[in-house]
Amino acid sequence: MTGERTLTRNFHRPDAHTLAAYRGTGGYTAWEKAQTMEPAAITEEVKKSNLRGLGGAGFPTGMKWSFIPKNHTGPVYLVINADEGEPGTFKDRYLLERDPHALIEGMLIAARAIRSAVGFVYIRGEYVEPWRRFSAAAREATDAGYLGRGFDVVVHRGAGAYICGEETGLISSLEGRKGWPKLKPPFPAIKGAFGAPTIVNNVETICHLPHIINRGAGWFASLGTKTQGGTRMYSVSGRVKRPGVYEASVAITLRQVIYDLAEGVTGNGRLKAVVPGGSSAAILRADEIDVTMDVDGLKNAGTMAGSAGVIVMDETVSIPEALMVVARFYAHESCGQCTPCRESTGWIYKITERIVEGRGRKEDLDTVLDVARRGAGTTICAFYDGAVGPYISYIEKFRDEFEALIPK
Amino acid sequence: MPKLTIDGKEIEVAPGTNLIEAARALDIEVPHYCYHPGLSVAGQCRLCMVDIEKAPRPTIACNTVATDGMVVWTQTERVLETRKSIMEFHLINHPLDCPVCDQAGECWLQIYYMKHGLYDPRMVDEKVHKPKAVPLGPHVILDAERCILCSRCVRFCDEVTATGELGIFDRGDRSEIGLFPGRELDNKYSGNVVDICPVGALTDRDFRFQVRVWYLDAAKSICPGCARGCNIEVHVNRRRPHHAQGRRVARLKPRFNAAVNKWWICDDGRYGFGFVDDGSRLRSPLQREGGQQLPVAWDEAIAGVAGALTAHPPAETGVIASPKMANEDLFALRRVLDRRGVTQVGFAVRPRVPGDEDKLLIRADKNPNTRGAELIGLGGDTAAILAAARARRIRCLWIFGHDLLDAGWPEAETRAALGAVETLIWSGTNANATSALARWVLPSAAWVERDGTFTNFEGRVQRFRAAVDQLGEALPDWEILGRVLTALGEPTLAARAEHWFRELGRSVPAFAGMTYQSIGDTGQMVGATREAARA
Repeated sequence: MTGERTLTRNFHRPDAHTLAAYRGTGGYTAWEKAQTMEPAAITEEVKKSNLRGLGGAGFPTGMKWSFIPKNHTGPVYLVINADEGEPGTFKDRYLLERDPHALIEGMLIAARAIRSAVGFVYIRGEYVEPWRRFSAAAREATDAGYLGRGFDVVVHRGAGAYICGEETGLISSLEGRKGWPKLKPPFPAIKGAFGAPTIVNNVETICHLPHIINRGAGWFASLGTKTQGGTRMYSVSGRVKRPGVYEASVAITLRQVIYDLAEGVTGNGRLKAVVPGGSSAAILRADEIDVTMDVDGLKNAGTMAGSAGVIVMDETVSIPEALMVVARFYAHESCGQCTPCRESTGWIYKITERIVEGRGRKEDLDTVLDVARRGAGTTICAFYDGAVGPYISYIEKFRDEFEALIPK
Repeated sequence: MPKLTIDGKEIEVAPGTNLIEAARALDIEVPHYCYHPGLSVAGQCRLCMVDIEKAPRPTIACNTVATDGMVVWTQTERVLETRKSIMEFHLINHPLDCPVCDQAGECWLQIYYMKHGLYDPRMVDEKVHKPKAVPLGPHVILDAERCILCSRCVRFCDEVTATGELGIFDRGDRSEIGLFPGRELDNKYSGNVVDICPVGALTDRDFRFQVRVWYLDAAKSICPGCARGCNIEVHVNRRRPHHAQGRRVARLKPRFNAAVNKWWICDDGRYGFGFVDDGSRLRSPLQREGGQQLPVAWDEAIAGVAGALTAHPPAETGVIASPKMANEDLFALRRVLDRRGVTQVGFAVRPRVPGDEDKLLIRADKNPNTRGAELIGLGGDTAAILAAARARRIRCLWIFGHDLLDAGWPEAETRAALGAVETLIWSGTNANATSALARWVLPSAAWVERDGTFTNFEGRVQRFRAAVDQLGEALPDWEILGRVLTALGEPTLAARAEHWFRELGRSVPAFAGMTYQSIGDTGQMVGATREAARA
């Protein structure tokens, strides 16, 4: 049902993070093959595979690469986004800890495709063990001659800001600035880190590359839907019997994720709601879970695949309280650069808190909906749109529950 | 050159022009806070949204470069709605303390709320509180609650002065402007952050609480602080003089001139007008009687000065003019010298401390009209004049403005020279150690009290205009010199500075063809008219 596992195939091995174990299971053979391919051929293969970014935005990876100016001379940077900060998401952490060489091999392939000589790996500051494991693997790969011969890897640790997971916020932080997202245009592929063309890819996205090169775009594409290939890793948390990270096709349904992978709902056992793609994704009701988990499937359902952080809520969960917690997160993490996000995330948190405490006013819900709709799409980055997802969907889908808390 | 259409009107703009500037060229105002033409584009305030045909939603105009064939609408319903929303966002945590805010009356939150906001406030929760009345440096004070985090001040210190004192600290709605540890906002241009702050967050320690801005009148002027000649506005408080405790000039503000100072002025210039209402100002002519200088009527003083100039042969007469005098004054002086055949004249006095200079605006020459004094032919050897006075070859000496006892020459020698002179005449705005020695002291009007022109170091002739009345009986130097000329038997019809300037244009080739009208608000290069005539 869940198909073949590739990214997580070695996770059960205690020594999976070592070079020996990685090579023992076919590691670095894709890199051998990629070195015989023209850069453009690699990009073409990735395009055909329908690999889409797995950090949140779901942008086609091969197409992103092709935005690097063709006649560019001078440095091009590959940046790996390992700042996994989306609430409910914890997949990249496992890849860094348990299969760091897959990321290194993927980076080698991607770097060849975009002609980059330096790759940065921006690791979330709180990820200490992943950082240690990845750094050790990078040393092994250097000693073994994979790195340091035309491609070097620089590891950079974040300092604990969600916004540094946004690709241009990450670039600002990497450059030594405050982690503020940058205005687009110019897009990073034209002018990114340190002013050079830059491709920012998520850890998981890059880890797919060795398999795509070894087994072909057709194979990868066949694992998913018409518009998105492959498997992905679902981080399942909340009121489920077996929370954890599961690799499965992007074509499986949300129901399958909850009931097959995570073995069903705990708490009182009755599903109330689920957030399918990390906290920024719109919430779905229990009757809305027969949707496929690919980017377009969830988009059509009015939510998003995001980072595939599946947060499950049973009937004992208070949706207004859940929204308050989410609102507190966005108020805390807004970088403060753009006015709508800076000023209204805090305001909306105050309103949700007031409602939960029984001091709501009858106009509050419409105020939040109106403010969120007006602010959506007006900011530099997608952070605020990510906050608007829960603001609007929690209230629209569970309005009764909010109204019950507001004094008549 | 890209040609685009904004609100149905076509315009061609230089490549790289953004939509705010393109619209401005059509007199269409796109409201904005963070954008400033002298700074990099930040795109943070989100107010400058416009609709671009085929774009799915409104786009910020500041970061959109005009392209050929672009069709832009600045007044669509969704643009107006977006502006209203952005105004609401800006004001969610703003204290709305306009009645006690010094910015009231020139605050862009007030202006844009009335133009683009006018929503019913919905914020009923406790606002975020931040530090208030925080001194950032000698001239600037911060109210972080009023700040809209547009980052103009931060970018100014990063990009214009490259001093980097300011940053935005913390994040979300706790974000606030502040100083980096151990720093102070004490660069030589710090006052400009007050000008570019669109709200009441950064105010001027010198100006704040002096007067409500709607009581101010403004006159276009030129900063007299150095040879750059930065264009300024003099803001004066004539309508509520009792508010200012005798201080008539409320503040100086930079006035844009692309060729001279752009949007900026330095702090020395901005805060350098204190002498205008200082206690040392001379309010009437003085005559020395025994050990005392006593007030006399102008007629008496003019007669006395003319008498001295007549009594002493020209060879025994010397004049030290000032490069702080206007072209009109210098030309009137030229006439007086010619009338009497006086040839021993100079204007340059070595400063006690060499002036500082930088690459932005500040010039080492702290005089506004050195170039004018040279062109009008007053550039003799000042030190030689003093030496001649010491040797008693010069018996009558007229000094304009200088305090020669506070100059870069040995004080004892200067004192000996001044002591050896039989008739010492001194004219200027403020009494000093040199004026205290004079037999005749003639009170000059300060530059804000009169019209005139200065010629900056590049040869740009620029007008300054009277902003306040002359103090006491003080008169413009050209007027004093005109009266002396009349007393010397050469009556002048020049009743305004402008008349002297016309005569200057007729007599000195560098100024040929120039008029106050041709100089306009942005100045005119000397010789420009002649070259134009040749071409």
